[in-house]
Amino acid sequence: MSSHESNYKPTSRFGKWLDDRLPVGRLMHGQFVDFPTPRNLNYWWTFGGILTFCLVAQLVTGIVLAMHYQPSAAEAFNSVDHIRRDVNYGWMIQAMHATGSSMFFLAAYIHLFRGLYYGSYKAPREILWILGVFIILAMMATAFMGYSLPWGQMSFWAVTVITNLFSSLDSIIPGVGTAIVQWLWGGYSVSGSTLNRFFALHYLLPFVIVGLVALHIWALHVVGQNNPAGLDIKTKSDSVPMYPYAVAKDAVGLFAFLLVFAWFVFFLPDYLGHADNFIEANPLVTPPHIVPEWYFLPYYAILRAVPSKLGGVILMFASIAILAFAPWLDTARVRSSKYRPIYKWFFWLFVFTCLALGYLGAKPAEGSYVAWARVFTAYYFLHFIVVMPILGLIETPKKLPGSITEDVLGPGAGKGATAGAAAAPETR
Amino acid sequence: MSSHAEESNRRDFLVIAANAFAGVGAAVTLWPFIQQMNPDKSALALASTEVDLSPVKEGQAITVMWRGKPVFIRNRTADEVKSAQDVPVKELPDDVARNENLAADAPATDQNRTAKGHENWLVVIGICTHLGCIPKGQALGDAKGDYGGWFCPCHGSHYDTAARIRKGPAPRNLDVPPFAFISDTKIKIG
Repeated sequence: MSSHESNYKPTSRFGKWLDDRLPVGRLMHGQFVDFPTPRNLNYWWTFGGILTFCLVAQLVTGIVLAMHYQPSAAEAFNSVDHIRRDVNYGWMIQAMHATGSSMFFLAAYIHLFRGLYYGSYKAPREILWILGVFIILAMMATAFMGYSLPWGQMSFWAVTVITNLFSSLDSIIPGVGTAIVQWLWGGYSVSGSTLNRFFALHYLLPFVIVGLVALHIWALHVVGQNNPAGLDIKTKSDSVPMYPYAVAKDAVGLFAFLLVFAWFVFFLPDYLGHADNFIEANPLVTPPHIVPEWYFLPYYAILRAVPSKLGGVILMFASIAILAFAPWLDTARVRSSKYRPIYKWFFWLFVFTCLALGYLGAKPAEGSYVAWARVFTAYYFLHFIVVMPILGLIETPKKLPGSITEDVLGPGAGKGATAGAAAAPETR
Repeated sequence: MSSHAEESNRRDFLVIAANAFAGVGAAVTLWPFIQQMNPDKSALALASTEVDLSPVKEGQAITVMWRGKPVFIRNRTADEVKSAQDVPVKELPDDVARNENLAADAPATDQNRTAKGHENWLVVIGICTHLGCIPKGQALGDAKGDYGGWFCPCHGSHYDTAARIRKGPAPRNLDVPPFAFISDTKIKIG
């Protein structure tokens, strides 16, 4: 919280000298050491730290790969093979980067659903939430361009199909869509020029994400963290300092996450990819089934559920854009779904809908798959534009605990407590 | 007082003029950075190609590259030509010829899909008008779809022997590129 006073005291003479000139140590200490975190945070709150790790890991492995990769139509496919076979530890670093994108999205989606469940988007965290939506969008653009770089069949045809989505604008103003697509391609078809610019942008966008994440954390530290009870920090006993309490908990979550990450890197490095991407890009042959990476499948299902090309594109982008409006669509008085007996079920129905769309996105677009994709696409949007506004008005929430301290220690606890933040957490 | 007002107006004018000038300057500077992404002269230079048709026997098809896109050239059999000619234009999902050599509103008759005097030759860009996949149907063993032309495996679009869309999500007939016969056995595309 902005009102919190850091107890930073530089110990060395150099520390004091620096603190008078550039108080960066004071800033970091105040924001990441004695920053007050709610004492009732559960393990779902460790994903912020996990995501920071993912971003740094992708940057480090990506910069290393760029030292060996060649972004030309003639060399790209072979240079990825060269990285995997010849470059020292290239097999590991390439697997970390390719698997890392899946892990990044896995963590981001858990983080997003956690925010939805506990009402983390509600006032005063609207800007924080919207920045998160921008980060997801930037991650998608980065992952899409990164997927083109191995220049396999799936890379090539994913770029072809997705960039062709813009040609649907031709049905509004003839010629505009085609002009945009040729501008994106730098030619009359997907070619080496396209690959080269995608490589440049794939290198740029992660740094844009770093900037967005900095704003995201800044906004978080202005309003303070939400928590499972959805209450604000009111007294000192409601919070514990970030170090060591939250940091230690984040570390446990991170190591559990790294076990899964490492399992994929070392035992299933290609499991999340597609066999067709081991065939070099060929503009004359389309693979029989074009399927995006798993983290794009729900959007792909929405795209294909709509019979009109333009309509599908609009709904696909709307499915992400609508998240940004959640703070105003949700009319409930309480934040956390823990205290919303009816909405809780709709939340899990929404989770099921997203998983079902993911399943349907991987299936061919025919018969009952399309019919079900339409049903779930409809509920995806109804959840935001009907369930959220209406249920918030008619639902009676359960009784909230009096404070964050009471949420942990039971009713009546923390009344008149004078214990400082550092003394409180034994019973945590 | 009046001189004050005049001063203020002069300043307003200068501020607006300076900002407008800077705005135009910024837009002009931005343009090269946008335009650099468009297809360049070397891509345009590849804009035409000549194809010798003499080795292509009746019933065979070849694929050539033009502007980085596959162009399907099929030497159609008499049956294929007749079945394409017999379809009433009204029955077609897309009733426009999509032939760059003709007017944009020419009806999608088989005559309008081919070159006059060379009705057995069909020349189309082999890119599905749905989301840009390459339809099957060039090789002898390929699935040719319900109408004997081409079939796009991505989302199930069926094209007939004049490469007109008949069934599936594709919105338009396959495009006929600008081309001309420069001799009886040679065409120039582009």
